[in-house]
Amino acid sequence: MTDATPAMDIRCEQLWKTYPGAAAPALQAIDLHIQPNEFVVMVGASGCGKSTLLRTMAGLEDFDAGTLTAGGQPVDGPGLDRAMVFQHYSLYPWLSVIDNIKFCRQLKAHTADRTSADVEDAAGRADALLRLMGLTHVAKAYPSQLSGGMQQRVAIARALMSRPPILLMDEPFGALDAQTREVMHDLIQHVHRLERTTIVFVTHDVEEAIYLGDRVVLMAPRPGRIDAIHTVPLPERRTQDMKLSPAFLQLKRQLLDRIRDTSGMKTDLDLLDQLSRSAADVASGATPR
Amino acid sequence: MSKPRARRLRLMAVRTGIPGGVYLALALTGLAVPMLLWTFAALSGADPVFMPGPDKVWMRALAWWDDGLLADAGISTFRVVAGWGLSALIALPLGLLIGSWRAVQALLEPLTDFIRYMPAVAFVPLVMVWVGIDEGAKVAVIFIGTFFQMVLMVAEDVRRVPMAQIEAAQTMGATRWEVVEKVIVPSAKPALLDTLRVTMGWAWTYLVVAELVASSSGLGYAILKAQRFLQTDKIFAGILIIGLIGLLIDQLFRLAHRKAFPWLQGRH
Repeated sequence: MTDATPAMDIRCEQLWKTYPGAAAPALQAIDLHIQPNEFVVMVGASGCGKSTLLRTMAGLEDFDAGTLTAGGQPVDGPGLDRAMVFQHYSLYPWLSVIDNIKFCRQLKAHTADRTSADVEDAAGRADALLRLMGLTHVAKAYPSQLSGGMQQRVAIARALMSRPPILLMDEPFGALDAQTREVMHDLIQHVHRLERTTIVFVTHDVEEAIYLGDRVVLMAPRPGRIDAIHTVPLPERRTQDMKLSPAFLQLKRQLLDRIRDTSGMKTDLDLLDQLSRSAADVASGATPR
Repeated sequence: MSKPRARRLRLMAVRTGIPGGVYLALALTGLAVPMLLWTFAALSGADPVFMPGPDKVWMRALAWWDDGLLADAGISTFRVVAGWGLSALIALPLGLLIGSWRAVQALLEPLTDFIRYMPAVAFVPLVMVWVGIDEGAKVAVIFIGTFFQMVLMVAEDVRRVPMAQIEAAQTMGATRWEVVEKVIVPSAKPALLDTLRVTMGWAWTYLVVAELVASSSGLGYAILKAQRFLQTDKIFAGILIIGLIGLLIDQLFRLAHRKAFPWLQGRH
């Protein structure tokens, strides 16, 4: 796994997208340059366009205006240079774990000019990924026999099979419990160091964003836009106890406050505050205003 | 006292599994109760033309056995399977196209929706004009009764394939046909087999209508002839035999489902 393809950059310039019939653009003038081998996390309230932006990078969505390049080449539809991991339901339930991982070997795009060395290499690659993701003992199992965390390991291994220079991850741990998620965080960082891919990661979990990202892109909704880009002030190699460091907590608070301010949540929170204050007034016997 | 109570409640819990023995006992009860009610109704002095008892029906079935019941059942099964098979042969690829491409859906689905409301029975005289009165005509009636429903169900099965499965293949570089061949078809297979099982049942319900067309054999024809002579015991026997054949075929489909898709085990 040392002969990985050199990582690629992704460049968005003045990217616009509006869904037909929508009041506000889903993406408004997005400018973002993601460096080769960088780990960038996009975070924000729901409806801020973070998933749309990721799916546009994957080539699964069109955009209306602007330029989008991966490794200098314009993005026009899905490509082998950009693998994607989905939140769930993307595994093939009729294939065993190992056959899911090797799925791309069934496609012409991967086997058009295949030599016997390629075939041998692919078998070795699949085995290495099984070991890397801790899946060796379930290689022959079907996805339905695995826990959610194990299923996502298979999905990540499958995406990595063809050594993609860019890995796009759409809330891949969103459906997992907190303990499993912590394990997956350390696993994906290990993968990032080893495979040297560029990773673009979408989440709604601020703590996850800071823990994983070299940079955190904070997005805001209606219209979907980039609010701010933060460079995470932590050493490159993260450990779980860094989550309690002042730098981590300060950035976490800053991001959470900003998400509250930019989403519709602000008015909801004010209303709650008002309600609890008048309830306290009633409880203390004072006349409510 | 509280323990048996909890157990009783669990038997009635929504979608919760029950012990195999209990399942079998309930299934047999469900079949036995109507039999008992039938026997009781026949014994309570009803006119045997109105309600022939199980004994009379059994005797009639035995007589029919000597008079070529197997041949009747065989030709009827052939007609049903041929009409159903022909419609599957066309409905599976067509439904796959409708479910995979919006353009094909726009072109064909409203038309199919329109035709499927037309009564298959009303096509009988037209079939006689167009196809004639041979075996083809009987197969054609069953085809008309089954095909249009089947296309729509196949299209729906195909549309239920999770988008993430399709998009995952696209990001791995799959071509359009590879998506259909390597993702949509294998993913929809279990649902498709269920659709074939359900539509096989509908095909059987068109048998009597199909054998209205110049028949001289078949279970439906026998029922129609018995009707002319008011042999209600033979009508009963014919209906029950069709039910039994249907039950047998249905069980075969379920067995095939379990054998063909082991990866579905442990998910229900």
